[in-house]
Amino acid sequence: MRFVFKTSYDQDIDLFKHGGQRFWYGLLLLALLAAPWGVDDYWLAQLTFILIYGIVGLGLMLLAGFTGLFSMGHAAFLGVGAYTQAVLAAQGWPFPLSIAMAALLSAAVGAVVGLPALRVKGIYLGIATLSFGFIVEEVLARWESVTGGNAGKMVGALQLELGGWRWAADTDASFYFVCLLLAVACTLGVLNLLRSPTGRAFVAIRDSEISAQSMGIHLAYYKTLSFAISAALAGVGGALYAHKIRFLSPDQFNILQSIDLLLMIVIGGVGSVHGAFLGAIFLITMPQLIALLKDGLPAAIGEAPGLQAAVYGLVLIGFVLFEPLGLYGRWLKARTWLQLFPFYRRGLFKRQKAFQKSDRLK
Amino acid sequence: MQVLQVLVGGVAQGCIYGLIALGFVLIYKATETVSFAQGDLMMLGAFLGLALLSGLGLPAWAAVPAVIAAMALFGLALERLVISPILGQPAFSIVMLTLGLGYVARGAITMIPGIGTETHALELPYRGELLQLGGLVLAVEQLVIIAVTALLCAGLYLLFKRSKVGIAMQAASQNQIAAYYMGIPVRRLNSLVWGLASAVAAIAGLLLAPITFVHANMGLIGLKAFPAAVVGGFGSLPGAIVGGLVIGVVEALAGFYLPEGFKDVTPYAVVLLMLMARPNGLFGDQLRKKV
Repeated sequence: MRFVFKTSYDQDIDLFKHGGQRFWYGLLLLALLAAPWGVDDYWLAQLTFILIYGIVGLGLMLLAGFTGLFSMGHAAFLGVGAYTQAVLAAQGWPFPLSIAMAALLSAAVGAVVGLPALRVKGIYLGIATLSFGFIVEEVLARWESVTGGNAGKMVGALQLELGGWRWAADTDASFYFVCLLLAVACTLGVLNLLRSPTGRAFVAIRDSEISAQSMGIHLAYYKTLSFAISAALAGVGGALYAHKIRFLSPDQFNILQSIDLLLMIVIGGVGSVHGAFLGAIFLITMPQLIALLKDGLPAAIGEAPGLQAAVYGLVLIGFVLFEPLGLYGRWLKARTWLQLFPFYRRGLFKRQKAFQKSDRLK
Repeated sequence: MQVLQVLVGGVAQGCIYGLIALGFVLIYKATETVSFAQGDLMMLGAFLGLALLSGLGLPAWAAVPAVIAAMALFGLALERLVISPILGQPAFSIVMLTLGLGYVARGAITMIPGIGTETHALELPYRGELLQLGGLVLAVEQLVIIAVTALLCAGLYLLFKRSKVGIAMQAASQNQIAAYYMGIPVRRLNSLVWGLASAVAAIAGLLLAPITFVHANMGLIGLKAFPAAVVGGFGSLPGAIVGGLVIGVVEALAGFYLPEGFKDVTPYAVVLLMLMARPNGLFGDQLRKKV
């Protein structure tokens, strides 16, 4: 086990706690940079999707995992970002501007959704965001002059133009690098946000609104801000998604997608930045694993259309019941076991017994 | 006259929403959590009814109580196996858990070969009958829905207002540990509530099946029952029905007067307005925390 000897308060908020972390994350980054030469096209596309969903997951994690406000309409922000990017790219906006616009527009929409969050809590907020998600989906389907309606909208390849230098990111590898760059930037942004006063205010709101308020945290401001930042990240993810999938239709941004996003962060591990990416890995690779599993199963079960939904549901139930910290919690336990090797005790991560009090009085 | 006809259709549809909302409210009132699996329990009830009526050929008077009883037992078992281990955890966990249950239920039904992916008609004796009343044409199915909903609502209202069990349920929802100390068997009550809620869901499924047919995704109508529950005030039983009626009528009128596409959105627009104006709903209790 590694002991970090802290000699100043600043060390509490270091991005890297010790050299080992710097080494391993550096190695991960190198591996990701080298990936286009190491894996075939199919897995590169999967990796790109993992990065995109990871960005969206970061946004939802910030909202649900760190601020404690849960959104059941997050696919709507994804949709706003995707369609903004599609429309602006078609008009010839340069990519850095158009993606910034997609993020800004999503953030604006997110701030509007955040307004009911000031009045309602818990499940009411879930229903408010759910309703909002339905409305956005319907707007996307009906506003045909801009979005192409239910017939869908084609999106061109990503064009990058900086100064006189022009680069069409039309190969899979170049688009992958754009996604990687943005994913790393968003992760660093979120990590820095979380160690800033704003991030600590978010966590304080999650843990107890009343005590946060009594410490001088402006609830309305920070809740709206959390919604806006979370939506902006979803917008960035959506913009990349539009370029990756090349075809947008409103039913890609419906309630089931929103629920999938929630499933993603719960399985990844609520309340951890790692969890966003682990959840994305789960969401993207699970269909593959199920396909592999199919060969071993009798045809009646293996070929059934509902298999994937059933497996997702079972995994979700399993995690909520047995591993509330998600995949990240699994990893944390494995690491702790290795570090403490002969001294690991079974009850180390045991969940405290809790009793519920009325939400209505909170 | 046409408007009146639309209104009657809206009322019947609203009763369906109300009926599903009743399940939400029941669980919310007693355990203060929300079950997103309510719609899928309804779907399971409808499929069980299908199996008994068409598969085994039982008469309706035997099949309907059997379905309700079986679903109540199923709800009890579900609570024991899945919900009770996380008793007392934040509401978010239970929401995710019930979403997972919904996934499993939908997946499991679609996995039944030949049956799960099809749409079926449920052969209840009154199906397809019409009633002429002045210039109005009423479907008997809609009248049955309205009548059963009213009865069910009255029964549950009495349970929560007059019976010891109901009051104990409300106490347990407000503060579990205090309820334990007062000698209320919180765990047993929770199981009971889930059994009751699945029985209500089964009734809703059996009532809904004659108008919309039985299929694996019929539970998604549950998402429209959320607005109903919120408009009525989440913890209020009569509120669920009134909310359902409001949503049903508004939706029917929007379908009649507004251009196409507005119909599906109006329930959600109504609920957003409601949350802005009166977050507690029409019949919700106004609670204040005393420090």
